[in-house]
Amino acid sequence: MTSGGTTSRDPRILVFSTNSISDPGIDRAGSAHLHYSTAVQVVPLPCSSGVKPSWIVRALQHGFDGVFIAACGGDCAYLPDCTSRTSALVSRAQTLLKEHGISPKRLKMAGLCSVCADNFVAHMNNFQQELKRVEA
Amino acid sequence: MTNKRRIGVYVCHCGGNISDHVDVKDVARTLAGEADVEVARTHLFACSDASQQEMIDEIKDRKLDGLVIASCSPKLHTFTFRAMAQRAGLNPYQYVHVNLREQCSWVHGGDKAAATAKGINIVRAGVAKCALTHPLTPLRIETQPRVLVVGAGVAGMRAAIALAEMGLSVFVIERENEPGGWTSQVGWMGPDHQHGPEVVAKLLKEVKNHENVVLYTNAELTAKSGHIGDFTVTIRLCGEKDLTLNVGAIVVATGFTPYEPRDGEYGWGLPGVVTLKEFRQLLEEGDGPLTYRGVPVRDVGFIYCVGSRQTESEDCPEPNTHCSRFCCMATAFSGSLLHEHEKKFGRTINQYHLYRDVRTYGRLETVYAKARADGALFLRWDPSDPPRVEQRNGRLAVKVKDTLLGDEELEIGADLVVLATGMVPRKNGALDDVLKIPKSKDGFYNEIHIKLRPVETAIDGVCIAGTSQGPKNLAESVASSLAAVARTGALLKKGYVDLEPLVAKIDTSKCVWCNECLKACPYGAIERVLYGDKEVATVIESSCKGEGACVPICPQDAIVIEGYRDDQIVAMIDASLKETVPA
Repeated sequence: MTSGGTTSRDPRILVFSTNSISDPGIDRAGSAHLHYSTAVQVVPLPCSSGVKPSWIVRALQHGFDGVFIAACGGDCAYLPDCTSRTSALVSRAQTLLKEHGISPKRLKMAGLCSVCADNFVAHMNNFQQELKRVEA
Repeated sequence: MTNKRRIGVYVCHCGGNISDHVDVKDVARTLAGEADVEVARTHLFACSDASQQEMIDEIKDRKLDGLVIASCSPKLHTFTFRAMAQRAGLNPYQYVHVNLREQCSWVHGGDKAAATAKGINIVRAGVAKCALTHPLTPLRIETQPRVLVVGAGVAGMRAAIALAEMGLSVFVIERENEPGGWTSQVGWMGPDHQHGPEVVAKLLKEVKNHENVVLYTNAELTAKSGHIGDFTVTIRLCGEKDLTLNVGAIVVATGFTPYEPRDGEYGWGLPGVVTLKEFRQLLEEGDGPLTYRGVPVRDVGFIYCVGSRQTESEDCPEPNTHCSRFCCMATAFSGSLLHEHEKKFGRTINQYHLYRDVRTYGRLETVYAKARADGALFLRWDPSDPPRVEQRNGRLAVKVKDTLLGDEELEIGADLVVLATGMVPRKNGALDDVLKIPKSKDGFYNEIHIKLRPVETAIDGVCIAGTSQGPKNLAESVASSLAAVARTGALLKKGYVDLEPLVAKIDTSKCVWCNECLKACPYGAIERVLYGDKEVATVIESSCKGEGACVPICPQDAIVIEGYRDDQIVAMIDASLKETVPA
């Protein structure tokens, strides 16, 4: 494992959140003083439909063990079809990951609402468990 | 180490909210020695006036060209620190916020070393992003002092009057022949015994008398172009003539549709099973004791939550899961009206209120209390075993298990069964295609933020009011309508609007006009232009929302969103993964 913020056992996760939906949900985990691993780090974006597959590949190639897209889901204020657009990106990114010899299991997406604090923590814990089982 | 930039990094203790779990001094010390960082220090409360002044002085003295503040969630203080940057002469878009509290100290208690190391990583990512910022200027647009109000129910008319009182010109359009909406059909309203048609008549008189308001009935919005502050709208009058108007903002108050029960749902379709509205008409119309189809009414059953709070089932594949808010009060109030009727005509009418939960919240509780005092009998049923309505010997029989009587099954003979039907989203047809206001899961128009921006929509310059947004009672509907007025007035009275410059930008050297971005954009913010001798896409900045859907689909990788540019995100990823060197 690489640098700080991480105990050697915790897989590092990069989360792409969204400013008005999932990031407030992740904030709420903080307001509620829930606990998750310091190996989780969040980069907020306006909307999950704008995540570039190349960012995912880069993160996984350079040291993150997993990328989690905390999508706006049905609550997206921009796009009624946000979920299907984000899913299409995830499929593209998974193909790209395979081309780079990276397991597509290292990429995960789930809709996360603006109050989904418990869900977020559960997603992080589960994803870390899953990543421990992913080879390569 | 070359310093291309002169960034100030300020790490907040937030009292102890951050510093109890993250060694903020260590974070600042570590960052102080890194590329592009001119100064890094901590503040006890970065948001305090004194700290802001110190930062302003330092930005000026040391000629900082970038600012990173690591404190609470950006939802709290982004605008505080943007304004501070502005006062310090720094472009507000060269300030980057790092969430060191909600997304670090508050979730990583108990392991200060690991939390500090993560803190360093995320502040580094902020610095990396900041190092790639350049000054951005909001797009300033002149606003037109005119408003289109869609819908002339109480919410729409009340909004029109309030906007007109601000000195704005208001056009109200109503699809129906008559203004007034649902309130004109409801008769007496709780909790204060006001008469719906009278309320409507009073508002309509004000609308008609105000020199700033023009009301069109049989009028529909058929087209909209332009942007916040300056829309051109087309109104079709009586289905034939088109009228073009120029307005700065739009308030949508199109109301709701009452739930229509399914055949057989709580006996719907049987003679004597009526909606609450029909019951109230029966009660108000006659000049003698209440009868139904010539038969005196002696027993009335009211069934609550019809079409509200549904769960998915075979019969109900698309449930309305919401509470309709007004019906408990309106039904309980009807109980008291029925009691008045009893007294007036000296004939006893038994009334049974079959409810799930009584949601007469706030002051409306008095309505419930009065109904009970007036003789209404409340029986509580469970949604797993709802009341059944059958026809028996020319009357109706309602079977219900009262959960408060140990699930004892009761059979109530009734002459009328009144269904308290809820509110469902109104089908607005073409209007939805024109305005493109996002809807929430329940099918009603969606606000940007349910608590903090409850009447604004993702479509800048378009506010929603009343029950178009979700079920409300009349008081709530008017409150939301006046909130929409406040937001609209604030926009238009200022005379101009500054739009976020965090929008899409197209690299014309890469673009080959393949049409993909145009197809991906639901806001019509992409246009084809000639650039030299080739066709390329260009962004209409005032229409772009900056959500970025066009970015990953561009085959040429020619689009970025300012503030979230490709180089910035890549730099953030790389910086997060840097090895921490102990300071």
